[in-house]
This record gives sequence, C-alpha cells and structure tokens, in this order.
Amino acid sequence: MEKRLANWGNYPAIACDESTFSQDEQVQDFISSHSAVIARGNGRCYGDASLAQYSVSTLKYDKVLAFDTTNGVFECQSGITLDQILDIIVPKGWFLPVTPGTKFITVGGAVASDVHGKNHHVDGSFSGHIIEMDVITGNQDTVTCSAEKEPDLFWATCGGMGLTGIITRVKFGLKKIDTAYIRQKQIKAKNLEDLIRLFEEYKDYTYSMAWIDCLQKGDSFGRGILIVGEHATPGELNEQQRKAPLHLTAKRKLSMPFNLPSFTLNTLTVKAFNWLYYLKNTKREINNVIPYEPFFYPLDAILHWNRGYGKAGFVQYQFVLPLEKKEGLVAILKKISDAGLGSFLAVLKVFGKQDSLISFPMEGYTLALDFPVRKGLFEFLDQLDEIVLQYGGRLYLSKDARMKQEVFWQSYPNAQKFAEIIKKYNGKKLFRSVQSDRLLLTQ
Amino acid sequence: MPTVLILGAGSDMAVAIAREFAGNKYDIQLAARNKASLSPLEQDLRIRYGVESSTYAFDATDFNSHPAFYNALTVKPDITIAVFGYLGSQEKGQADWNEASRILHTNYTGAVSILNIVAEDYATRGTGTIVGISSVAGERGRQSNYLYGSAKAGFTAYLSGLRNRLFHKGVHVLSVQPGFVYTRMTENLKLPPLLTAQPQDVARDIYRAVKAKKNQIYTRWFWRYIMLIIKSIPEFMFKKLKL
Repeated sequence: MEKRLANWGNYPAIACDESTFSQDEQVQDFISSHSAVIARGNGRCYGDASLAQYSVSTLKYDKVLAFDTTNGVFECQSGITLDQILDIIVPKGWFLPVTPGTKFITVGGAVASDVHGKNHHVDGSFSGHIIEMDVITGNQDTVTCSAEKEPDLFWATCGGMGLTGIITRVKFGLKKIDTAYIRQKQIKAKNLEDLIRLFEEYKDYTYSMAWIDCLQKGDSFGRGILIVGEHATPGELNEQQRKAPLHLTAKRKLSMPFNLPSFTLNTLTVKAFNWLYYLKNTKREINNVIPYEPFFYPLDAILHWNRGYGKAGFVQYQFVLPLEKKEGLVAILKKISDAGLGSFLAVLKVFGKQDSLISFPMEGYTLALDFPVRKGLFEFLDQLDEIVLQYGGRLYLSKDARMKQEVFWQSYPNAQKFAEIIKKYNGKKLFRSVQSDRLLLTQ
Repeated sequence: MPTVLILGAGSDMAVAIAREFAGNKYDIQLAARNKASLSPLEQDLRIRYGVESSTYAFDATDFNSHPAFYNALTVKPDITIAVFGYLGSQEKGQADWNEASRILHTNYTGAVSILNIVAEDYATRGTGTIVGISSVAGERGRQSNYLYGSAKAGFTAYLSGLRNRLFHKGVHVLSVQPGFVYTRMTENLKLPPLLTAQPQDVARDIYRAVKAKKNQIYTRWFWRYIMLIIKSIPEFMFKKLKL
C-alpha cells in the first residue's frame, strides 16, 4: 500500500511503501527482493533520515527479551519505545542510562541516532551503554556486534542512521534509581554570558540544559533559564510521594487535534510565548521535587505538538560547536535575532567529551532551534551552516532535512571511513534513505 | 491466576490479545505452528506483566494432532481464543484447489476440530469461555473473497450453535466479527483508514466482551450497522455490484 510518509517535522513527505515484520526471516525475505529500504521506528526523527521508497517499520518487533533486575541489564527487540521500557523498569528501581527529550522513540532509533540526553557531560550518549546488538546487514545475515566484537559495524551503526542495516536486538545497561522523582533547580539567566557562567557553576549536576529566548537584543541578548536536576533520594520526597516512591500516578495527555494555520506562528506570537515562559519563573531560583516525566519529557505531555507548526511543517536546526568556540554561538544567535526568525524552542546544552565514528556529540555547546518551513528559510539556514563550518561544528543528522552534501563531508571528520564501512556491510546499497542519497553516502 | 489459551499466537491480533489479557493478570498459553517463534512473546509477557506464559506447537490443519495437543496441556485453560485464520488469495483459490482447501481448512475445519475438543472438556467441567474470531466477510459472500468469507460464515454458524448447546452447561461462547484491522495479513491491501482498527482496539473489545459475557460483537462497533446495510441489499441488486 503506497502512502505518504513524513517524520516529526512533517517535512519532507514522500510516497512510500511501508512493511512490518515480527520475525527476522521476514526482513531477510523483504530485503532480498527490494532495494532502497530503510528501517523506520516511531518516525520521531525530524527530517528525511528514515524515509525511503520502501520503509521497514520495526514497531511490531517490540518484544522484551530479558530484564536482569539485579544488575540492571535490559534486552529487547528494536521496535519497542522508550516509553514502554520506562513503564517496565522504573517500578523496579531502574532508569534509562541516556534519554532524549521524547520517550516516544524506539530503541532502534536511539541507536541509529546515538541519542544524547541532559546528562551527556556525565554519561555520554546511548552507544556507551550498549552491551551488544544484532544488525541484519546487506548480506542478509544477522550479525552480533559490540565495541569488542565486529567493532567497525558497531561504531558505524551507532549514529549511522540505519545505513549499515536493520537493527533488530539491543542489550544495554540501565541506571539504578531509588525514586521516580527528580530534584530540580531552575535558575534565570539575564543574558547569554550569565547563562554560560551558570552552566560552568552547576556542571556537577547529572542533568542540565537551558532554554533560551533567542529574540532578545542588547543587554538581554540570550537570556534564558538553566534547568538542572538529580534523581531524588527517598528522603527528599514529600509524604505523598514517599508512599510509593517508584510509582507515578497516570496523567491525561493533551493532544493537538489538527495542524494549526500557519499565521498563528509569527514573530509576535513567538515573542509573546518566550516572554511568558521567561516570566513564569517569578523568582531567580526555583527548587522543587517533580516526577521524572515533566523533567525529561516536557513536550510529550502535548501529543502531536509538531502540528503547531502548520501543514508546511518545520525543521529543527541542531548544531554543536567546540567548547572553545562559544563566539560562534553568539554569531549564530545574533543572526537569528537580526533576521527576526525566532523559534518557540531554543535549547542549549553542554556536551562532554565524545568523538565516536559518526555520532553527533563532541565536547562543546549544542543548540537546537525550530523553524517553520517558509520561503527563504533554507537560504537562511545555509548561511547558518557556513558559520557552523567556520567554527568547526556540525549538524545533527537525526534532525536534518536540508543540509547540503558538502556541509556533511566537511564537518564530520570520519565521513570517509563511515562510507567505507557502509560499503562493506551494505555494498549493494540496499539500505538507503532520502537523506543518505542527499548526502552522497549511498548515491 | 486464570489462564488463557491463544490458538494462532503468531499473528499481530494474537499479540495484542495476549498483552491485553496478560495486562489484566491472566496467565497465557501461546500456541502456533512454529513454537520457537513464540519465545520472544513468551518472555515479553512474563517481563512486562509478571504473569506465567508458555508455548506449544499447534497446526490448525493437522486435525489428527489436536486431541494430543489439548491433552498435553498440564493446566487446562479457563478461556480459549481461536485467533488463527488464513486470508489466502481468492483469485488463486478459484483455479487452484490447494489454495482453496487451505483457506477452507484453516478457517473452518481446523477451528471446528480443535474447538470440539475444548468444548467437550468445558462441558464436562461446567465452566469456561470459548472465543472465536470470525469475520464480517462471513456475513455475505462477495466476489472478491467468498472462499475466505464462506469458511468464516461456516465458523460463525458453528459458534452460534455451540453457544446454544453450551449455554445449558454453564459455558460462555463469544463470536467476534472484526472488520478491517491493520495487521501483517492486510498490509498490502488498501484499507479505508476511518473504518480500520488497530489490533489493540480489537483486543480491548474482546476482553470487555468476555468480562460482560456478550454473545457476539462487531469490532469496531460500527461494523454492526455497516453489515446491516450490506445484508439488506436485495440479491438481484447485490449480484450486480462489484464488491
């Protein structure tokens, strides 16, 4: 059945045949008779990384295979979502070692994007916690790999956007928790300089990120709120929370019922939203203990929030710049504020050390911004790309929908090596996506 | 804990049904042709829901093996759900008896063969629930799938007769008539999104109908009215339609 598929940004949308599977052999059969296949989980990458003529949906390949509750080791098929895993592990006193800002992604997607979380500076990205995994490669074999076993396949699969094959099974380590709550601290920063100073001051917290109002100019340029947190101990809970420290009460979710008309989003509304967000914290510092869900997944409470950007969709622009190049951050924020192209959400985070083969994180600052798709946007983003390149940074492939090939090849130092490993495991180019063709990885 | 036996446990609908019942604290017995393929689901049910689960080899069309299969169950199920089915190809079946007979034997004869055995056990014990997943395709023969539809029609009639008989023995029989459902069986068909249910929706309807001791359900509910209309079209008009 041919249908139009798009990922979370609703841009681009392409005609695509989607198939499901519940046995390895079904995938092997499928890839032996098709090419231009890419694995797709819950479609929460933003751009075109999981779009191809034939997509293999992993969503029905979602079984939990083992859970060692003593040592915190979890083994599952790749189509299970983080949200389902949390429901199983949190009541037993375990947590995901690394989680991105949405829990509605699959484990396979977490590996293919090598996701990072608010704790990257302490715990690294998801790949650092994988014990081993299975990948069905272009030769139709199921290959088990890890940092020790078939390391080339392993490192090209972590962050490799599905180009080495279809990830089917993942075994990874969990993090011990005593409660399902987070002790949170929110601190207002007057401007970018203040914010970066606060990041430095609070770098010992396990979790940290900041929200930036990127439409401010002058003294308030780059003002925002730093949010840091730790898993709460039982002693830090209130009486009500202490009754069942590992259980959260279920909450009703809101859903955006349809795409908002695009006129609802303009400089004025974004300004108003950011202004309210900044002012809702009336004190400079707020300390409280809250359930883990609103701390890690504030936007998951509004299902389909992506529809807020209208039918034309949006792109998320996330880049990282080396630690010593923070003037690049200023240059980019200035350009956005001058152009008046603000976004609802601008999230700043400091990454710790990591430079694996093809994963996004490197030691430095990463900023994520949303831009509704409209005329002139891509030309504007091309200009931002130039600044990113100039300061030695790069863009996150999971959020990319429009980067030019030369930007990728110049900014990812291991691009050539990655391409060679893809050739080894996917020589017939069975696995390819709109993105990999655009970046000349599989064309 | 009460136990549910799921016959044809490899399908998407069976996975959803197993999870729905396991989530409500039922132990689950999974049976399908390829026993080994069931072990991921067996583990999944144990770890997610903390229930017992077990796997068995069961082939709907290997009628002679059915008594031994049922006798070998050390715990006899409180609820037996026949989920297995084979859509097959109408066009192929018209010319090829192998295809036609596989459609008939999987959907009708095989179901009768195993449920006869379960029914005898439940009748003797004076307790139990039998659930048969039939299809709206069994309500009226259409040119596009009357081999499958006629087998399901036979199965629907079998279930209503069984219900009539076992009512007097304290045994509950539920017939389920699903409409379109998104599963591997239907993924290459063009289905109207508004009329098509997810397997989880069907599973939830079945669980509720078992609890409420319903006789017959359409899932989703509006199929009752769609089928009412389709059944009331006079034959002289119906035969001219291309359905």
